[in-house]
Amino acid sequence: MATGELNPNHYPAQRAAKVVQHYLTTRYGSPYRLFGVQKVHSGNAEDVADTGRKYQLEISVHEIISNVTQTCSAEVFFPRGETQSSPHVQASCEELLKTDTKAQEEALYQQYKTNQGLLSSQRLPDSYGHIEPDMKPFWHLGILASSFIMLNESTENTLYNMAQVANITQLATENEQLKFDCHTLLHDMVSQEIIHWKMLFTWSPGEGVKVLQKEQLPHCHHCEKPPNTN
Amino acid sequence: MMRGLLAFVVLIGIVLGKETFEGHQVLRIVPKDDFQLSAIKKLEDMMEVDFWREVSDVNTPVDVRVSVHSLPSVKMYLKTQNIKYSIMIKDLQAMLDEEQEEMKSAACVSELRNTDKFVYSRYHTLSEIYSFQDMLVAENPKLVSKIVIGPSFEGRPLNILKFSTGGTNRPAIWIDTGIHSREWVTQASGTWFAKKIVTDYGRDPSLTAILNKMDIFLEIVTNPDGFAYTHSNDRLWRKTRKPNPGTTCVGVDPNRNWDAGFGGPGSSNDPCLQTYRGPRANSESEVRSIVTFVKSHNNFKAFISIHSYSQLLLYPFGFTPMPISNRAELNTLAQRAVTDLASLYGTQYRFGSVIDTIYQASGGSIDWAYTQGIRYSYTFELRDTGRFGFLLPADQIIPTARETWLALMTIMDHTLKNPY
Repeated sequence: MATGELNPNHYPAQRAAKVVQHYLTTRYGSPYRLFGVQKVHSGNAEDVADTGRKYQLEISVHEIISNVTQTCSAEVFFPRGETQSSPHVQASCEELLKTDTKAQEEALYQQYKTNQGLLSSQRLPDSYGHIEPDMKPFWHLGILASSFIMLNESTENTLYNMAQVANITQLATENEQLKFDCHTLLHDMVSQEIIHWKMLFTWSPGEGVKVLQKEQLPHCHHCEKPPNTN
Repeated sequence: MMRGLLAFVVLIGIVLGKETFEGHQVLRIVPKDDFQLSAIKKLEDMMEVDFWREVSDVNTPVDVRVSVHSLPSVKMYLKTQNIKYSIMIKDLQAMLDEEQEEMKSAACVSELRNTDKFVYSRYHTLSEIYSFQDMLVAENPKLVSKIVIGPSFEGRPLNILKFSTGGTNRPAIWIDTGIHSREWVTQASGTWFAKKIVTDYGRDPSLTAILNKMDIFLEIVTNPDGFAYTHSNDRLWRKTRKPNPGTTCVGVDPNRNWDAGFGGPGSSNDPCLQTYRGPRANSESEVRSIVTFVKSHNNFKAFISIHSYSQLLLYPFGFTPMPISNRAELNTLAQRAVTDLASLYGTQYRFGSVIDTIYQASGGSIDWAYTQGIRYSYTFELRDTGRFGFLLPADQIIPTARETWLALMTIMDHTLKNPY
């Protein structure tokens, strides 16, 4: 594995940067605040005794919805060990967090807290990349929840993106949170596999996303059913 | 379900001769208990009543078509039995007439009349793209021809379009899109490129200069079985559709099946995985057909494989860290190409060798092409960088195709000006 100064255009720094993206999304993301890595400016990697590998990165992070970009410093530590362990990330990106999403989040929350029916939506985006405008916040919630998993599962040999929210269903709750059952498809660029995860999570403007349960689903190779007509 | 019923009704109409369904209604009745259930069953004995959905259980809907003459008595009967019903179809003939109109106009829309009417900003089915290819040839017989280079595993034709202004076996440029079927923006872009070539020949000096000396070969749907499968069953299918012995897992990764570092790290020997290399190099007809064609042509000077997503322009090798002999040249050319690409919408691409930039991959197409002596071999990974990934919104097809075309022109122009 590359050590010392990294070529920012090559995959080791790029994979580490994607982990930072997932971290920022889990920490600071909302249905109205999502992050992407725009560019890796520089990177450095070093082994830390026998415990793992530490990456230091200078990256440009893009907040997609407000279209604001900021340069951030980040550190990603990939532990090495017997059991698979999630990476640890530190990042400072304060400027990006100044976008004010409170009003929109409150509105979304109120709308789905008080509506009669419970939301249920499939295939976000659909085969043609289309998402109904009303459903965009749920696509974003799917991305948020998936980011917890993608962060957890990331290693130096993965590069995760969420491919699609297969299904997101709102569940009734007795407390303040909105609650969702969600089936998402994650794409790992390195293995090219599509990995299915089921999650139970809550969201509210105050608390953000909390994943209550998660489960990886085995992919059944002979079970490909015709999709619902669009 | 409705379509089937409709066809049945129409058929009955035809069989019975001049019967129309004017004023006929279709009622939905939900029996609440066994009394109601048997009361509804008694309707079967009535004339001019025909069950579209038979009586079964309590609380299960029953759908019944009632002729205009029998309507008053049927509704009276239901009322006296206290049976609730709703009117599913108010006038069956009106609905049939409307459906006929709709089917006619749908047929018009999907009927490809010419490539000027083809909607490039939408994703298309395999048959639509194949029709497009035939149309393009028919409209431009002097410039474009179609060659079938072989069959897919499931027997579909592997079509390539040849763009040529004459000569015999001129030095040629190869472009393929859609080798991985889920990468829909690539087949869509390939379609746009085909039209772009015929539009620009004689108008754009650079393209005209290229086609006056060289031929361009374009395979738009390089993996048609996979592509059909992404429409019918699994939008995220990547591989071919060849079954593997001893397992339910189907398919081989066609971009790990080429004879370049075949079997090495960067591909899998597990048929259930997305990067399964296949039992041997060129085991897949989709790959073998191209190999046979390129080898027998024997005069290709550039070979470009187009994938999505990640926004990358890559040169060989993927299977080994060993640098290619003309690395500096391909690196500089890649830099120019991505700069030209970015000039249109600011889309940022990275570039470099496959193995450095994305991952080690063995048995890839451009590695094979390069080892055959084709010096200008590149792989593109088109938009985006993960937000939509494979499910790129259709409104990005044309911008993607347009910006990519600029990079392709840079590479083709360089190939023209650097004969070897």
